[in-house]
Amino acid sequence: MRTSELHVLPCGDHAILVELDDLEDVLALNAALRDHEPPGLVDVVPAAETLLITFDPGVTSARRLTDDLARLPGERPATDEPPLVEIPARYDGPDVDAVADAAGLSAAEVVRRHAGGTYTVAFTGFAPGFAYLTGLDPRLVLPRRETPRTRVPAGSVAIADRYTGVYPRSGPGGWHLLGHTDAVLWDLDRTPPAALLPGTRVRFTEAPA
Amino acid sequence: MSGAGPALEIVEPGLLALVEDLGRPGLGALGVGRSGAADEDSFRLANRLVANAERAAAIEFVLGGLAVRFRRTATVALTGATADVRAGDRAAAFNAPFAVRAGELLRVGRPASGLRSYLAVRGGLGVAPVLGSRSWDSLARIGPPPLRSGDLLPLAGDDDGEPSVDVAPVPPRGGPATLRVLPGPRADRFTPWALETLFGTAYEVTADSDRVGLRLAGAPLRTRDGGQLPPEGMVTGALQVPPNGRPVLFLADHPVTGGYPVIGVVASADLSRAAQLRPGDTVRFRRTSPAAAGAPPPGPVAAGSAARSRRPPRG
Repeated sequence: MRTSELHVLPCGDHAILVELDDLEDVLALNAALRDHEPPGLVDVVPAAETLLITFDPGVTSARRLTDDLARLPGERPATDEPPLVEIPARYDGPDVDAVADAAGLSAAEVVRRHAGGTYTVAFTGFAPGFAYLTGLDPRLVLPRRETPRTRVPAGSVAIADRYTGVYPRSGPGGWHLLGHTDAVLWDLDRTPPAALLPGTRVRFTEAPA
Repeated sequence: MSGAGPALEIVEPGLLALVEDLGRPGLGALGVGRSGAADEDSFRLANRLVANAERAAAIEFVLGGLAVRFRRTATVALTGATADVRAGDRAAAFNAPFAVRAGELLRVGRPASGLRSYLAVRGGLGVAPVLGSRSWDSLARIGPPPLRSGDLLPLAGDDDGEPSVDVAPVPPRGGPATLRVLPGPRADRFTPWALETLFGTAYEVTADSDRVGLRLAGAPLRTRDGGQLPPEGMVTGALQVPPNGRPVLFLADHPVTGGYPVIGVVASADLSRAAQLRPGDTVRFRRTSPAAAGAPPPGPVAAGSAARSRRPPRG
């Protein structure tokens, strides 16, 4: 890692929070930790601009772990191409027209811009397997719905703020629904159960209605 | 101990009875939290009393009221929030192993203080693990679902040696409590007097508290900048402060990431006490030193990064 950019915040007695400049640095440190796991590491949670590292205080300390981070190799091997997942989507969501109105675009243009993007899984959260995908067309950046829906169906393809994502299970949600997919993105019988891991690249392919 | 059919039948689960173990650490990148027993000290003690492996699954139940019929003779131990216990027509006690005979009903009364009790059975509960754990995660909704009347539970064969402890001296569970807190990671996002408020006033545990967290009422803690962050990883014990200024103390089933700033984190050694607080209990927070708890020195290792304010929306 480029240690000049490491900024470590205390987070209780069994974790540190590493602040990084951008998602690329978060994913690079996440990958470096996977390849060179320091002793006592329990879990790593990548997020938009931070990496939370929890550790076993019986094995290591915040100080020692911080030193371990500074010693991680700086450059990732060039062969380490992130995987690409293609998600077939039908753009029949209830919010396509509202998004088009808000963005000043036609409905067809909203679909074209969303389906034309290549996205990167930034981090997960909100629910198991719910991946926040970055790379959304700037014209589609909108705040969440003012009133969240009490039930969003599983497989809904949605946008909010600068992210897009797919609801892995049905539940409440406040994102704008553009469509849906039959792709199973969370399956407890699969290893790992989440299809979209931090760093994975994603494309939506428009499936015939 | 395993095999030969179920050993336990849940007759009455009480308010809420869950199968829990030490959870599923290491899956944060999938959006799956650790979960596991909320009062880990009491959970571990229960397993130790019946000579189970450390991570054998046990029943965590809230405010007593559990009744279990044993189909086979078993050695059990109860820990956590202490209440009256009867095994068949005999009185039994918390924090000591005892035998329940085949056909007998084990019945636990209401604890006078504390919230969560643990029933460990020698051999451990053998329900099917999910992602490597037999814990119900109430937020992610994965793991063995909450127990209901009529549920049958097998044993796992997770015993390890012979019980050797007669009785364990345990301080009483429940409120009021004073919990030690390490400031950070986002204490600098708050007004200068927010930490003084946190450490100088009492908070009350509210009724909407659960395994996700203790929601606290009391003097609000104000941020300097509106109090939103890009989401970042959350730890058990974090005192997260939403815009209403009322801190939430995250427990075992806390969300993996959150977008509100964390003013401080409760010391690990005090988390089990926190998990025993019930609505209406008073909690105070006391500042503890990072050095004493082995946390890193505050401030940058090298050059710092600029503060940011953007925050992705919830789903």
